Amino acid sequence: MLLGWIWTVFLLLSLVFSFFSKEPVSLSSAIAQGAQSGITLGISLAGSVCLWCGVGRVLERAGISDALARLFRPVLGRLFPDMDTDPALAGHLSGNFCANLLGLGNAATPMGIRAAQALARGDTATDQLCRLVVLNTASIQLIPTTVAAVRAAQGCATPFDILPAVWTASFCSAGAGLAAAWILGKLWPR
Amino acid sequence: MAPLTDYLVPLVLLCGSVLALRRKEDAYGLLTQGAAEGLKLIGQIIPTLVVLMTAISALRASGAVDALSRACAPVFRWLGVPPETAMLVLIRPISGSAALAVGAELIGQYGPDSLIGRTVAVMLGSTETTFYTIGVYFGAAGIHKTRYTLPAALIADMTGFLMAAWAVHWFF
Repeated sequence: MLLGWIWTVFLLLSLVFSFFSKEPVSLSSAIAQGAQSGITLGISLAGSVCLWCGVGRVLERAGISDALARLFRPVLGRLFPDMDTDPALAGHLSGNFCANLLGLGNAATPMGIRAAQALARGDTATDQLCRLVVLNTASIQLIPTTVAAVRAAQGCATPFDILPAVWTASFCSAGAGLAAAWILGKLWPR
Repeated sequence: MAPLTDYLVPLVLLCGSVLALRRKEDAYGLLTQGAAEGLKLIGQIIPTLVVLMTAISALRASGAVDALSRACAPVFRWLGVPPETAMLVLIRPISGSAALAVGAELIGQYGPDSLIGRTVAVMLGSTETTFYTIGVYFGAAGIHKTRYTLPAALIADMTGFLMAAWAVHWFF
């Protein structure tokens, strides 16, 4: 439903704005290109998603997932009570959390998706699933490597001097997202 | 020698397989099984990506993002956020690669150690591509009714942008 609205509103806005644009705009070619870039993006993600799904399995069987789950239980257990009854979910969740912290977005996505699949009940999102997605949309990485690389490429001598500011902003945005989810969850029952 | 953070990925790979082999698990077989599963996962994600990227591409080509960022500039100034970052704030939730391109351009234009350059970097480092994440997670989990996820995620994004601008003021 939501994505249906987003799709419609985006298209409507595009039509209105292209109508008033001073430069000539070809929406149909932009649409064709967009669809194509969806496939391109999917294919370019495929390699790392496959690899990290494999690594996820290895970490699970090597006992690392369980160790991480025990480590993060005090924090994550409060947000995701289902962790206590579902050890596989606990592994995926802590793997996702850990990969996010380390800035391994490619590794975080497959583990997060498997956690989302384990949390799904029917076609309506549960509170825990909403929380998982909100936590993943609010970046919680400790080391923003991509941005640091961009800064270094532009001749910055200390690309990591923004870390305290990044941590402050990340921490506040994740907190605000979880607080908003908690309040909206009360107002918007399943 | 590469920067230290570059050793993170190979070390995770190595530790995983060493520990798996110590437990007499077939590390290679697990990797290939997982990769096969990843392929199925990508198959579930691609339809979402195609539709989402089509809408985003149309929106960007129409000039809507530029016009909206011009309209937002006064509000930004009032909030203490540099108005030059308006374009980045609007594009960040819908496209990660476009946001990185816009951000890199701004950092190059104003310099990485300028107020704007730092604000842009902190914004990029402390937010995520919200629409993509929501589409991918709910698409793969087969969820159609997402309830309050989008408003909550957008509140998180707004807080992130605001705090990024303020934190740069405090720390530098």
